[in-house]
Amino acid sequence: MTLEKPVRRRLDFKNGRVDLSHGAGGRAMGQLIEDVFLDAFDNEWLRGANDQSAFDVAAGRMVMTTDAYVVSPIFFPGGDIGSLAGNGTINDIAMAGARPLYLSASFVIEEGFPLADLKRIAVSMGEAARVAGAPIITGDTKVVERGKADKVFISTAGVGIAPAGLNLSSEAARPDDLVILSGTVGDHGVAVMSKRENLEFETEILSDSAPLHGLVAEMVAAAAVSLRVMRDPTRGGLAATLNELAHQSKVGFSIEEAAIPVRPEVAAACEFLGLDPLNVANEGKLVAIAAPECAQELLAAMRSHPLGAEAAIIGRVVEDDNHFVEMRTAFGGGRIVDWLAGEQLPRIC
Amino acid sequence: MKYVDEYRDGALAKGIANEIMRQARSDRAYRFMEFCGGHTHAISRYGLEDLLPANVQMIHGPGCPVCVLPMARVDMAIACARNSCVTLCAYGDLMRVPGSHSSSLLKAKAEGADIRMVYSTLDAIRIAETEAHREVVFFAIGFETTTPPTALAIRMAERKGLTNFSILCNHVMTPPAMRAILEGASEGDETPLLIEGFVGPAHVSTIIGTRPYEPFARDYRKPVVVAGFEPLDVAQAILMLVRQINEGRAEVENQYVRAVTREGNAKAQAAIAEIFETRESFEWRGLGFLPSSALSLRPAFSSYDAEARFGLETKPAKDNPACECGAILRGAKKPRECKLFGTLCTPDTPMGSCMVSPEGACSAHWTYGRFRESEAQRVREVA
Amino acid sequence: MCLAIPVEVREILPDDMAKVSLDGVIKTVSTALVDDVRVGDYVVLHVGYALAKIDAEEARNTLELLKAVGAAA
Repeated sequence: MTLEKPVRRRLDFKNGRVDLSHGAGGRAMGQLIEDVFLDAFDNEWLRGANDQSAFDVAAGRMVMTTDAYVVSPIFFPGGDIGSLAGNGTINDIAMAGARPLYLSASFVIEEGFPLADLKRIAVSMGEAARVAGAPIITGDTKVVERGKADKVFISTAGVGIAPAGLNLSSEAARPDDLVILSGTVGDHGVAVMSKRENLEFETEILSDSAPLHGLVAEMVAAAAVSLRVMRDPTRGGLAATLNELAHQSKVGFSIEEAAIPVRPEVAAACEFLGLDPLNVANEGKLVAIAAPECAQELLAAMRSHPLGAEAAIIGRVVEDDNHFVEMRTAFGGGRIVDWLAGEQLPRIC
Repeated sequence: MKYVDEYRDGALAKGIANEIMRQARSDRAYRFMEFCGGHTHAISRYGLEDLLPANVQMIHGPGCPVCVLPMARVDMAIACARNSCVTLCAYGDLMRVPGSHSSSLLKAKAEGADIRMVYSTLDAIRIAETEAHREVVFFAIGFETTTPPTALAIRMAERKGLTNFSILCNHVMTPPAMRAILEGASEGDETPLLIEGFVGPAHVSTIIGTRPYEPFARDYRKPVVVAGFEPLDVAQAILMLVRQINEGRAEVENQYVRAVTREGNAKAQAAIAEIFETRESFEWRGLGFLPSSALSLRPAFSSYDAEARFGLETKPAKDNPACECGAILRGAKKPRECKLFGTLCTPDTPMGSCMVSPEGACSAHWTYGRFRESEAQRVREVA
Repeated sequence: MCLAIPVEVREILPDDMAKVSLDGVIKTVSTALVDDVRVGDYVVLHVGYALAKIDAEEARNTLELLKAVGAAA
C-alpha cells in the first residue's frame, strides 16, 4: 500500500504574501526558494540546492565586491530593485576592468510582501545576471516581521576575473590625463525621484540601470595600457565620484559643463526640483580617467558600443593641492563642483 | 527650456560683460547689492562674477528667507515637531538649518519627530486631508513670492473644513529689509556700508510690482534695477545700474519686463491682505528686530496659527558668537572674514544659515569664491 | 527663496489647477493666482503655484536688447 502523497500547491502568486514561515528554514521556505528564486535564476549550482556553491578558479587576479540595495520605490521607470541589484554588482566588478563570473543574492523580506512583487523582482534580477553571463549561484532568504524592513532589501556579492596587465587604481590619475564620461547623467536619480511621494511629476525618463561589463571589455581591448581608473557615479552622482578621485589621487579636475551630456528632460526635472544633475545618481554610466595618448581610440571604442554611444571627454586632470573639481560653466564663468554633505534635498529656492 | 536657455547664452554673456567693462569707469568702483538670494545663487552657479571687471563688486544681500530666519524660530519649529501628534511639513531648504545646541529638523526627524519635506503647500494640505488623525503644521517661510501660496493654503483649508491644519508663520517682507540695509540698521558695524544700487528681486517683484522700490530711488537716491532670474538678466541689470550711476540717475528700472509690472499681481496681493496682517516687530538674523517687517495671521484665521494652537513661545536663542552670519547678511562682512568659514563651518557642518542655504553668501562663496581664490593663487604661483 | 521657472500650460484642470510642462516633464500645479490662463501660455511657477504669465513680446524685446548690447561691444 502506498501512502498518500500530499498535493504540492503552487505558491499563490496572485494574492499570496510572504509570511514568517517562508523564512523559517522549513518546507515553506524551501517552496519559496524553489518557486521564486530557482525559477528565476535557474542554473546548475542552484539546482544542487546546497548552502554553498563551488567553482574552479581560473589563473589570474580575482575581483570581489559586495553591495546592498534598499532603493525606494522598489519599482521605478526603467527597472526595479532586482535589476538594479544585478546590474549594480556587475558594474562594481566591471569598474576593475574585470569580467563578472558569479553573483550571490541575499534577500531580507518584510512579512506581508506580495509574492507577485517578489517574483517580479527575482525575474528581473535573474535576467540581469543572464545578460551579463554571471549566474547567481548562491543565496539566502530571511523574513522579518511587518515594519522591520521596508518591503525588501537585497544584499549581493560578486566575483570576477581581471585581465592581466591592467593596472587600475584610484590613486593613478595624473595631471593632463583626460576625463571621459560614457553618457548622459542624472537619469536614474530623476526616474526614482519622479515616483517619490510629494515630488510627483510625470515624465518618460527611465533609469539608465544597465550592466557595463561589455562596454568595459571594449575599452580594455582598445586602450588597456592608458586606463588609469574607472568608476560608476552612483549615489552622489558625477560630482561625488570626481571629488573622491581628486582626493584619492591627490589631484584636481578641470571640466567643461558644456561637454557633459544631460538629457533635456532630466535637465528640466532637475530644474523643477532645484537639483544639479551632477549630484544625481546614475546606474549605467562610468567615468574613465585615461592617459591622453590613447584617449581618442578609447572614445571611439566606447562610442561604438550601445551603452557608450554618447561618450564624451568632459575635462582633464590638473595639479591642485586643494583637490578641487573646477568647472567652466556653459555661461563662461567658473565654479567649484562640490560633493554634497548628505542626501540632496530638492531645493525650493 | 524656453524662456530659460536663451537667457543663459554664454556668447551673449561675453557681449554684455564687454559692455560692462567698457561702461564701468576705471576711476571708480561700483558696489551693488543683489538683494535676492536667488540672484546670489545664480551669480555663483554661473560664475557671473568672473565676467565682471574688478571694479564692479556685488555685495550679497539678506534676501534669503532661510538665512534670515533667527535660530529661535527654528527652535520653535523643532519644539512643535516634537509633539507626537504633529506632522511638520517644511520646504527642503529648511531641513538642515541649525537650531540651538546643534539641532536641526533633519536631526529631529532622525530622533523620531514626524517631519516631512514638501515641495508645495498643496502637499501639506493633501497630507492633512489623508491623515486626519495627525495635526499637520506647515512651516511657512519666505518673502512675498512665497506668501501667496501660504495664503491660498489657508483659504483651501477653510474651504475643505480642515480642523487639523495650521501654519507656523515666518513670512517676511522685502521693502522693510531694504530700508534697514540703507539705514545701516545694526550696531557694531565699524564702517558704514556703501551700496550704490540694488539688483531688485525677480519673483518678489512679480507679486509686489516695482512700485515699492520707488521710495528708495527717490528718498535715498539709490537706483534699483529689477532683474530676471537667469544670468543674462542679472548681467543686463548690472549694466543698467552702471549706466545709471554714470549718468547720475537714481531710478527704478525693470529688466524683468517679461514677468514683472509696476503694479504687480493684484490677485496675489489681495490674498495676502485677506489672510495676513503685519506684525509689529520681528527678529531678523543679522538685522535685529525690524518694525512692520513680517506677517502673522489675521484674528479671523487664528485657528490656523500653530503658535497659538500649540502655545509656542519664542525663546531667545544665541547664535554661535563667532558666527558672522549677521554681518554677512547685512553685506558688512565677507564670508572669508568669518573665523569659522571653511574650518568649523562647512556645508557638511554648517554653523549658521548662510552656509546651509544654497542662496546664502557663505554657501555661494564655498562654491564659487574659493574657486576664484584658488585660481588667483595658482596664477601667483606661476608668475 | 525665489526659485521659479517658466513652464508651458498644457491642460486646464478644474478648481484653478493645470498641468504644466518643462521640456516634457509634467506637473500639476495651481493657477489660482493668475487670471485667464490658457493652454499654450507660459507662466512663472514657484512652489507649485503659477505667479505670473510670461509676456512673449516683452521676452522677445529683452532678448533683442541683449543681442544688441552683445553686438555693439
